[in-house]
Amino acid sequence: MIVKRANLSFWERLYLPALLSGLQVTWRHFSRTFFAGKKVTMEYPEQKWVVPEGYRGAPYLVRDQSGDTKCVSCQLCEFVCPPKAIKIIPPGSSGKPAERANAEKMPAEFEINMLRCIFCGFCQEVCPEEAIFLQRDYSLTGLSRGEMIYDKEKLLALGGTHAGVQKWKHKLDEAKEQETFPVKG
Amino acid sequence: MDWINQLNPTMQFAIFSMLKVCVVIFLAVMPIVAYAVLVERKVSAFIQDRVGPNRAAPFFVKYLPVVGPFLVRLGIFHPLADGLKSFLKEDFTPAHVRKVYFWLAPAIAVVPAMLALAVIPFGSTLGAQKMVIADLNVGILYTFGIVSLGVYGLVLAGYASNSKFSFLGGIRSSAQMISYEIAMGMSVIPLFMLVGDLNLSKVIAYQADGAWLVFKQPIAFVIFLVSAFAETNRLPFDLPEAETELVGGYHTEYSSMKFALFFIGEYTAMIAASAMMVVLFFGGWTLPFAGLDQPATTLVMGFAHIGIFVTKMLVLMVVFIWVRWMLPRFRYDQLMDLGWRRFVPLALANIVVTAVVLWALHAK
Ligand code: SF4
Ligand code: SF4
Repeated sequence: MIVKRANLSFWERLYLPALLSGLQVTWRHFSRTFFAGKKVTMEYPEQKWVVPEGYRGAPYLVRDQSGDTKCVSCQLCEFVCPPKAIKIIPPGSSGKPAERANAEKMPAEFEINMLRCIFCGFCQEVCPEEAIFLQRDYSLTGLSRGEMIYDKEKLLALGGTHAGVQKWKHKLDEAKEQETFPVKG
Repeated sequence: MDWINQLNPTMQFAIFSMLKVCVVIFLAVMPIVAYAVLVERKVSAFIQDRVGPNRAAPFFVKYLPVVGPFLVRLGIFHPLADGLKSFLKEDFTPAHVRKVYFWLAPAIAVVPAMLALAVIPFGSTLGAQKMVIADLNVGILYTFGIVSLGVYGLVLAGYASNSKFSFLGGIRSSAQMISYEIAMGMSVIPLFMLVGDLNLSKVIAYQADGAWLVFKQPIAFVIFLVSAFAETNRLPFDLPEAETELVGGYHTEYSSMKFALFFIGEYTAMIAASAMMVVLFFGGWTLPFAGLDQPATTLVMGFAHIGIFVTKMLVLMVVFIWVRWMLPRFRYDQLMDLGWRRFVPLALANIVVTAVVLWALHAK
């Protein structure tokens, strides 16, 4: 596209209209901020931005409606994580059994290195158990690198609960229903 | 104070001159520079819908109940912190610079700006002393001579840094300052044709008797104002610095106090330019009522005159600052075009017209 250069009138070529409108714009902004106090910035550490629901901040592990760990240590998130921020230690053959009925296992240890995490949301997307969610925390701080590696307890504590579709509970109910005869609809 | 009266006049003159220099530089110019930077940051913040610096709080603030937090929000302590920071920062000299010139350049940038202040009459009299450091008969010529030295600091910095950004900045500053020097010099000639004297105190006396020269010579004022922006490297003519194009321009390679010196130089030049405009166009320390237009006879009046002068100067400084956040930077060729093809002919025409009018008035 060729933009045609408008011929400026003599008045415009004096720079004065531009000066005046510049003055007008700057004065408008100045008075709005200075007299009316309508600034657009926030004074960060004291005032914090309340992010909207659904914001993709730091990933945390969640518990189900009865307070049990949802993660089944499938390690899909560990695999998909682009910067390799997740480290999962599975329970092994002699580890603690899963807290949830019907689930086979839960991780012995689950760490997310928040210095590596890029809040991409792949872990949440890949998780078959709805066990990990990107939540509303966006400013994580710590005094050492070690402090920024969040372990399972911390992730669960920060994550809260999320009932979700409760697939295992339904499976369990279904299985229970099959015990009785005749089987209902 | 008897011992002062017993000294011979030369000694007295020397002592009072030293005193005036110290007071002007350390009690007036340096604080004004520091707080002009604060005003700059605050004004820019407000224009951009921000709040600006409001954090620095020295330990004693918590003992001041209401005033303390208010001052902190105003950012009053930021200039102190800035100054301290400049002194404490690592003074890094890159390996590729030309050392001698690299060290000389910041000093050369500051000194002319301060020297230019010497001839400015910033008040009438205080006691027996005239409130001007050097009451030269060639006042304005001295100013132009000194001010044009300022460009050496920038050119030298550009050359000594041995980096392409600095070099381009240096080249631009030399071209820009030299061209606007001419327009600036010619713009004030009509003033002196009206006044008939180069001494700045006489210029003020002339304005005290009649109207301010800004009303008699508006075109000269516009040319002088624009040239002053160019001379002090302020936006819209800050091509030597041009952060977006040249990183930092001529001071790209400088750090800590050396960088701060360039900053002080720029703001001192702004002070000098504003002071010059007050003297030349806005009646200096006079106000056309309440008898404020005659040299002071009492101490109170003397201080009042200084106050008037400083107030007028600060208003013009705010104009300088405001314009920086109002207008975009000129392109290099537009800048030269404006200087050589608009302002130089305009200034010449102004001289001719003034001469003709004066001749017509005196011929009858
Ligand atoms: S949000 Fe992305 S980077 Fe962070 S842990 Fe999940 S998959 Fe890894
Ligand atoms: S959080 Fe989800 S994807 Fe990751 S190991 Fe646990 S169950 Fe698997």
